Amino acid sequence: MAVSELARSGAPARRRTAGLWSDAFYRLTRNKAAMVGGMLVILLTLTAIFASQIAPYSYSEQDRSQTDALPAWFLTIFPTMKPYAKISTHFPLGADYVGRDILSRLIYGAQISLSVAFVGPLIALLVGTVYGLVSGFFGGRVDDIMMRFVDIMYAFPTILLIILMMAFFRSTFAESEPGSFTYLMNTIDRRFGGMLFIFIGIGITAWMGTARLARGQVLSLREQDFTMSARAIGASSGRIIFRHFLPNVISPLVITVTLNIPQYIAFEAFLSFIGLGVNPPTPSWGSMISDGAQAIRTYPHQAILPALALSITMFAFNFLGDGLRDALDPRLRGA
Amino acid sequence: MSRYIVKRLLWMLLVLFLVSLITFAIEHAVPGGPFDREGRRLPEEIIANLMKKYHLDDPYWKQYANYLSDVLVPRITTKKPTSMLEESMINIELGGGYYFRWINLGPSYRSRSRTVNDIIRDQLPVSMQLGFLAMLIALAIGLPMGILAALKQNTVWDYLGMSVAIFGVSVPVVAMGPVLIWIFGVALRWLPPTSWGTKPPYLLFFIPHNLLSWQFFKYAIMPAFAVGTGYSAIIARLTRASLLQVVREDYIRTARAKGLVERVVIVRHALRNALIPVVTILGPMFAAVLTGLFVVETVFGIPGLGSYFVTSITNRDYPVIMGTILLYAVFLVIANAMVDITYAWLDPRIRYE
Repeated sequence: MAVSELARSGAPARRRTAGLWSDAFYRLTRNKAAMVGGMLVILLTLTAIFASQIAPYSYSEQDRSQTDALPAWFLTIFPTMKPYAKISTHFPLGADYVGRDILSRLIYGAQISLSVAFVGPLIALLVGTVYGLVSGFFGGRVDDIMMRFVDIMYAFPTILLIILMMAFFRSTFAESEPGSFTYLMNTIDRRFGGMLFIFIGIGITAWMGTARLARGQVLSLREQDFTMSARAIGASSGRIIFRHFLPNVISPLVITVTLNIPQYIAFEAFLSFIGLGVNPPTPSWGSMISDGAQAIRTYPHQAILPALALSITMFAFNFLGDGLRDALDPRLRGA
Repeated sequence: MSRYIVKRLLWMLLVLFLVSLITFAIEHAVPGGPFDREGRRLPEEIIANLMKKYHLDDPYWKQYANYLSDVLVPRITTKKPTSMLEESMINIELGGGYYFRWINLGPSYRSRSRTVNDIIRDQLPVSMQLGFLAMLIALAIGLPMGILAALKQNTVWDYLGMSVAIFGVSVPVVAMGPVLIWIFGVALRWLPPTSWGTKPPYLLFFIPHNLLSWQFFKYAIMPAFAVGTGYSAIIARLTRASLLQVVREDYIRTARAKGLVERVVIVRHALRNALIPVVTILGPMFAAVLTGLFVVETVFGIPGLGSYFVTSITNRDYPVIMGTILLYAVFLVIANAMVDITYAWLDPRIRYE
């Protein structure tokens, strides 16, 4: 009993952490750019969640009579289309090359980008933090081997291998027998419109930076008195790692992964653009740009609109991430 | 220092070996060979013959060993090099009818008129021209912008520079390409929206003969800008942060106290130290430019290796994929090693880490 009482003596520390967070939140609310970014992120998230309620049409429904049609007011923004434009009365942002509503596809496309924006950092945090904590905690030989592996992964042209893997595993898994592991993976992937492999691709690249950062932090924490006292009262390794180290290292890690969110979004758009991302007809802004780019000279809006949506989303996350860093980074305090 | 370099080079070889092994394993872990196309299947006998022709019926270890020996072991033969369907990358006439041949990357399974070596020889120079120009743009915009923002901190220059930088990091290549084409290629008609403005022969493998002409420039500027601009923003932000930290150091105060001119303090004392961290992101920049090229070459219809690589993946053209990945891996790994060595040279503390 007495032991657990002592081990729980993190109470004052917890109060200080709460102070840090509320302090940070106050500073975040004072930052106008970050607040605009935050609002946009909330708006986009709501759009993604309620996509099926908001979108006027389905993302895959084709109206063959309306292919490449666009609303009349577009011609003032895109005057080059005047000579041949087909005016549509009921599609608010026009239709694509097979007559699907662009606005609805943009709204559903938010689901892909936003899920990458939330799941990407989660993977990076989970895998990287646990890896870094374990490596730093055990030190010595374990640390050597684990960090060597991170070094190899760093030196690796990971992006090339991800492209290769996605290209080949997609086709393997599609051809596999029902009941096998690859078949199961493929079914899950289909269910999510091709998201599973994107998450795996992000997972492979994203965890290394977090792992290094977490390990570096743990190396300094290990030598501090509170670790020794935790050991002295017989706390297990797992308890020290998760109860004592984790709260201490989490804030710089959160900052790093938040700042990386735009990169994950761009990475998904890149994969979908080169045809290795979501499965059609699931709309992703990347694949919409890729389709639209084929007709950029005749119907520029088909590529420009998703490009705009993608950029605005990345703007929002960049503003929010920068604001969060300024609010949480103690070195910038009072500056 | 030399021990560090040797260690770094050995590390590089290990990574390259692993890349080749993993690439080979992934390619061959896939059921169905390069000759089953979707929809229609060739008769069994024809597939068997094709597999035999390209030695795909050998055991895997043998295929891999053969590939490695073809690439790594130089050969001396009497076979004359040809301008088409030439498999070796390096061919040197030794005299007496003998030729030194090295780096044989094999045939392409899909293109019967070109080998992997032909494809790389034709397409790589274009990608290199574009890539170098993009990196040049990234540095030429990023460095001055970051320095200016730091020196004039909290002025209109700083805010302007950093807003432009936020813009740069927020518009990915995938979005930048089509937008540029629409503005400058379609709406304003200032620049041609597709194609490439130079042809072989090139100087030193990739430098176009019309490097400084409008003909080259008008095709290259948009795609190079689309690739480079994102990284210029990252460079600007890092340069600014690093310089702001350095100008607060004691040795800068000492330099000023000595009565040195401000220009000397900044250039000789502050910048030299501030640019050290900037060196570290040049390695990742190289990788980012490479992937940027995949997108930009496809959007702008540029006949480079990046767009060819993307197509060869869907075609499952194993030797082209393997050759391209190995080539890109060599580039990336050398670039990373060079960056690390430069960094260790600039900041000796790194070596004893």
